[in-house]
Amino acid sequence: MRGSAVYPGYARQTLIALRTIAWKETHRYLRIWLQTLLPPAITMTLYFVIFGNLIGPRIGPMAGHTYIEFIVPGVIMMSVITNAYMNVVSSFFGAKFQRHIEEILVSPTPNYTILVGYLAGGVGRGLLTGLIVILISMAFTHIQIQHPFITISVAFLTALLFSLGGFINGIFARKFDDIAIVPTFILTPLTYLGGVFYSIELLPGVWRELSLANPILYMVNAFRYGLLGESDIPIQTAYSIIIVFIIISVCLSLYLLHRGVGLRT
Amino acid sequence: MQALFLSRLNKIYASGVHALRDVDLVVDEGEFFGLLGPNGAGKSTIIGIISSLVRKTRGRVEVFGYSIDREPWQAKSLLGLVPQEFNFNSFETVSQIILNQAGFYGINRRTAHQRAEQYLTELGLWSRRNSVSRTLSGGMKRRLMIARALVHQPRLLILDEPTAGVDIEVRRSMWDFLRRINAEGTTIILSTHYLEEAESLCRNIAIIDQGQIIENTDVRSLLRKLTAQSFLLDIDGRLADVPELGDFHVVPVDESCLEVEVRSDQSLNELFARLAERNVQVVSMKNKSNRLEELFIRMLERPPEAHREPTQVEKTA
Repeated sequence: MRGSAVYPGYARQTLIALRTIAWKETHRYLRIWLQTLLPPAITMTLYFVIFGNLIGPRIGPMAGHTYIEFIVPGVIMMSVITNAYMNVVSSFFGAKFQRHIEEILVSPTPNYTILVGYLAGGVGRGLLTGLIVILISMAFTHIQIQHPFITISVAFLTALLFSLGGFINGIFARKFDDIAIVPTFILTPLTYLGGVFYSIELLPGVWRELSLANPILYMVNAFRYGLLGESDIPIQTAYSIIIVFIIISVCLSLYLLHRGVGLRT
Repeated sequence: MQALFLSRLNKIYASGVHALRDVDLVVDEGEFFGLLGPNGAGKSTIIGIISSLVRKTRGRVEVFGYSIDREPWQAKSLLGLVPQEFNFNSFETVSQIILNQAGFYGINRRTAHQRAEQYLTELGLWSRRNSVSRTLSGGMKRRLMIARALVHQPRLLILDEPTAGVDIEVRRSMWDFLRRINAEGTTIILSTHYLEEAESLCRNIAIIDQGQIIENTDVRSLLRKLTAQSFLLDIDGRLADVPELGDFHVVPVDESCLEVEVRSDQSLNELFARLAERNVQVVSMKNKSNRLEELFIRMLERPPEAHREPTQVEKTA
């Protein structure tokens, strides 16, 4: 916004607008907690019961941990990824569909404020569901967090990245089907194949190499390193990949907002 | 000062529709300005461009001297928009909608609450402040959109069909409200299909047709261009024959009603004198249609083949 940054009141307006959008987004998922917070809690409980308690003991230890300990980080990341993504894509597309996104577009709110406000909702819901799943996991196993900073930072960066993914999806979506395509056909397969339920060390050569092209593998393993101190890949590589994807996604989101793609005719 | 300045504004949609063609328009501060035109003329496109919901193809737009391209923050801060279609979150309450809007404009919570109470009270919605917006009637939703557009106290308020679908009582109360905020200094641009509304409220009017401004003047000057008016006369008793009224063109509507056309060079006194000569007693009289409406229809009259969608950009062979 050329010529705007020096205008008196610009910073104040931007901060209040950011707080308004962030609170609006947070209030939205808290208000409909039966749709946003309860389902992941139930689903992840079922994962722990079935894969952890019932099937896990027959599988035996993996990477030096009991099977339920091994899957806890991946299951937490699954909920973080899905909820961060779904919060932003459904809220942003809903705002487009009902056209109340125009309330913000006609206001002096800068594009980066709109983006950060929506991301705040996605990151908040992703981390909150992650926390709920951690609390549930405590009923099934005892995990002592090995590297708290890595655990929290990886969860935060992953929630941020997938909130950005949801935002980009929301910009391009034209109908409700469009917001289900990416989670169903891309996100879920990549998450299941991202080392949530197994170590890639178990895979034969070519499949192992293919798995390394899956970005979710790096997030799951980095988070597992934070919780258990175990990872199939170097932690620095995981951070680098996550941060590069975040930078690309932020640039793309701001470019799309600036161009008005899907928002302005 | 100019509240709005448009220069050589053009819009060509991706579909090829050339919606605006070199539109020039100036609205001075303090005006109550009417923007009229048939469906598809380009009114909403102009409003969309000013409010940045539509990207212009070329041209200049300034709001109180601020360019929407170079100084969007300043231009948008001064602008309030009441769009044609309801575009608020139907799951939020009336208060939430107003307070959020205030937040988007950087208004602190305390001031926002005060203004929400002020405008919701003035527009008769304060008792419904905790109602979810989707439960409001059509008229209430229209008033909510006006309250929302005013919460940041814009210097220029643009209303796109603000009274569409509301009953006459609510419409007249909204007119009073708009007159008052205009008198208090808010410049208003009104796009409406109700020409009675435009005639009653606006001092200046622009008529747009097929993406071009075809008239831009004050209402009085515009109405002077009306070369004839049609009146409906209710007659006491029943008429056996259509009375001969000299140069006046008379058409019977039914046995006790006549339609008479009075040209601008004729007077009503003359008409009534002729009626009296023939012992025709007039019980009541009214314009057949609103004067501006009559003028509007005559100005937009064109051969049937000209009534078509906005022209497509001609594709080069």
